Amino acid sequence: MRDVAIIGVGMIPWGELWEKPLRTIWAEAAVAALEDAGVDTVDLITVGCMSPGLFVGQEHLASMVADQIGMAGVPAARVESACASGGLALRNGFAEVASGLADLVLVTGVEKMTDVDGADATFALGTAADQEYEGFHGITFPGLYAMMARVHMARHGTTVRQMAAVAAKNHANGLLNPNAQYHLKVTVDDVLASTMVADPLHLLDCSPITDGAAALVLAPVDRARDLAGGRPVVKITGSGMATDSIALADREDLGRLRAVQLAAERAYAMAGRKPSDIHVAEVHDCFSIAEIMVTEELGFFPPGEGGPAAENGLTALGGRIPVNPSGGLKSKGHPVGATGVAQVAEIVTQLRGEAGQRQVQGASIGLAQNMGGSGGSSIVHILEVAS
Amino acid sequence: MTVGIIGYGAFVPRRRIRLEEIAAVWGADADSYRRGLQLHEKSVPGKDEDTITMSVEAARRAFVRSGGVDPAEVGAVYVGSESHPYAVKPSGTIVGEALGINPEVHIADLEFACKAGTEGMYLAQSLVKAGEVKYALGIGADTSQGAPGDALEYSAAAGAAAFLFGADEERILAEVVATYSWTTDTPDFWRRAYMHYPRHGSRFTGEPAYFRHITNSARGIMEKAGLEPEDFAFAVFHQPNGKFPIRVGKRLGFTMEQLETGWLSPWLGNTYSGASPMGLTAILDVARPGDLILLTSFGSGAGSDSFVFRVTERLPKVQELAPLTRVQLDNDKIHVSYGEYAKLRGKIRMAE
Repeated sequence: MRDVAIIGVGMIPWGELWEKPLRTIWAEAAVAALEDAGVDTVDLITVGCMSPGLFVGQEHLASMVADQIGMAGVPAARVESACASGGLALRNGFAEVASGLADLVLVTGVEKMTDVDGADATFALGTAADQEYEGFHGITFPGLYAMMARVHMARHGTTVRQMAAVAAKNHANGLLNPNAQYHLKVTVDDVLASTMVADPLHLLDCSPITDGAAALVLAPVDRARDLAGGRPVVKITGSGMATDSIALADREDLGRLRAVQLAAERAYAMAGRKPSDIHVAEVHDCFSIAEIMVTEELGFFPPGEGGPAAENGLTALGGRIPVNPSGGLKSKGHPVGATGVAQVAEIVTQLRGEAGQRQVQGASIGLAQNMGGSGGSSIVHILEVAS
Repeated sequence: MTVGIIGYGAFVPRRRIRLEEIAAVWGADADSYRRGLQLHEKSVPGKDEDTITMSVEAARRAFVRSGGVDPAEVGAVYVGSESHPYAVKPSGTIVGEALGINPEVHIADLEFACKAGTEGMYLAQSLVKAGEVKYALGIGADTSQGAPGDALEYSAAAGAAAFLFGADEERILAEVVATYSWTTDTPDFWRRAYMHYPRHGSRFTGEPAYFRHITNSARGIMEKAGLEPEDFAFAVFHQPNGKFPIRVGKRLGFTMEQLETGWLSPWLGNTYSGASPMGLTAILDVARPGDLILLTSFGSGAGSDSFVFRVTERLPKVQELAPLTRVQLDNDKIHVSYGEYAKLRGKIRMAE
């Protein structure tokens, strides 16, 4: 396998982008990444997008967006693994460059979610759960994560204040990210006073509905060094993916996210790293409880210590292991197919030392964890500054 | 020629339903609606109240304040509503008949979501200005519909406001200083034929619709008239809930003192075509000679009509001649249960 570097990052402001269609937000992020990389052609485009069919009534997406930036002719493929589609787009691009099948790959993620109303968006997202055994009986994602939260609370004594602390911390980080959807100062008490969505999850424990896109350009490390122009070269040193049952009813243990643990093990093994080596992480905080559980599965904290760690500031900027300096899904927004790509864009920005006010000082090894549905898939990437 | 309002009146139904009463039925969080929308209760039309009867009541009060205008001299009647009782057959003809205006009159029903009332006012003042008619009546009235359990159910209310326009200097209560409209095709809220309830684009009804149109319309008329926010004694904006009119007003540079007089929605709800016109009646109830008033409506679809009025010496003489809007809003309320509300709003399926 060849060493693979990320040579370009493209992010745009996320939010309710009513005046722009999907193809436009995708193109804005893609062009930004190509400009950042200093290349104008690629061998392959991958597009992470969960459900353009349900959100905007468009399939055959990869060809459409390739043409949008004048790259008709270039191979392009949309990949889907629910909310982990972006992470999967990166993993597929990584495999192509590592194997020598492609040199330059444009990895993208996009989702346009606000063209439909709340009920239709809830339905579209709900297709990431097991429709036959979960969706058709009426449960939606807040309910699924609420059940996981209940188990975690009962087993470990995790509290609603600890969950609220995750949301407050991520909103504080989001205030420092100009691309974030919600620039709000949120306190633990604000979270607890917000509308109850699915007990114990309040409205402010939940990530929002977002339009957004993000893009990366991958290249073999040798090529990356030529194009770096003095900036640090960031390598992908580990890539791990795992699946789990998508229905909670089929899980052995509702208090665990096995796909996250397995994906992380595989990524750590490939990179030759362990949890304590990681300086900064972007994780999939679709609900506040998810960040707590994920930081445990990634090995940052022992089981049951994720909640206290968040409450005690261990995951804040300046803490022992800063988690979601971008603001996370909570504040930055969660355009599901774009999330996994944007997480890696943030880690590259951090490792380049270009994150401005939210910079994690001295970060040279970072991790991004993306997750589909209630944990039916997870993808973990480890990135490092090349020596 | 100076054209102005020569008579005005409002009608608020006595019945109200509290936000908690609605929220309890749907298992919703009343506090979050109260905080989020700044709503406490809304008016509910009684069994014998609809857009036509409320229009007649409001218009009668306008005639009372007009200093004896003969209804037969009214040359135009426009009833703006999105809840005309008939799909085909005008409301305005019944209103004209009840008021003794027919038959030598031009009558039309108007519909433009929540701004049909100010459209009627615009047409009425324009015809008087053109010299086509001596007097013209513009009415905004609605018994607005929100689907059961939908966010709109917490605000959709009933009420009417009527304005008689004329050019008799001695009758003018508030001179029309300027008018301005700002309109685009923005589908934020709609009801197709045969649908019982409207649909809306949820948060899309905010920034791209309500705020964009009101802001552009209000800025446009101030620029046209050479006025700044501080020149006005009062301003009223379309009030679909308690929160939006204050937010847009402050964004435009108005103070709470200028906004609160016409701000009826927290205790009235959204009377759609009647919403900003009823706010104007509450302002006219207390305004003093020389006061400048800004009115900007909003109708989904979408557009905003703006008016600048200047109050004359005559207004204080007629304010008390008919029921004041605030007095109607604050007194003689009958609070209904959700069951009564469901009955009154025709939400219960009856034997055929």
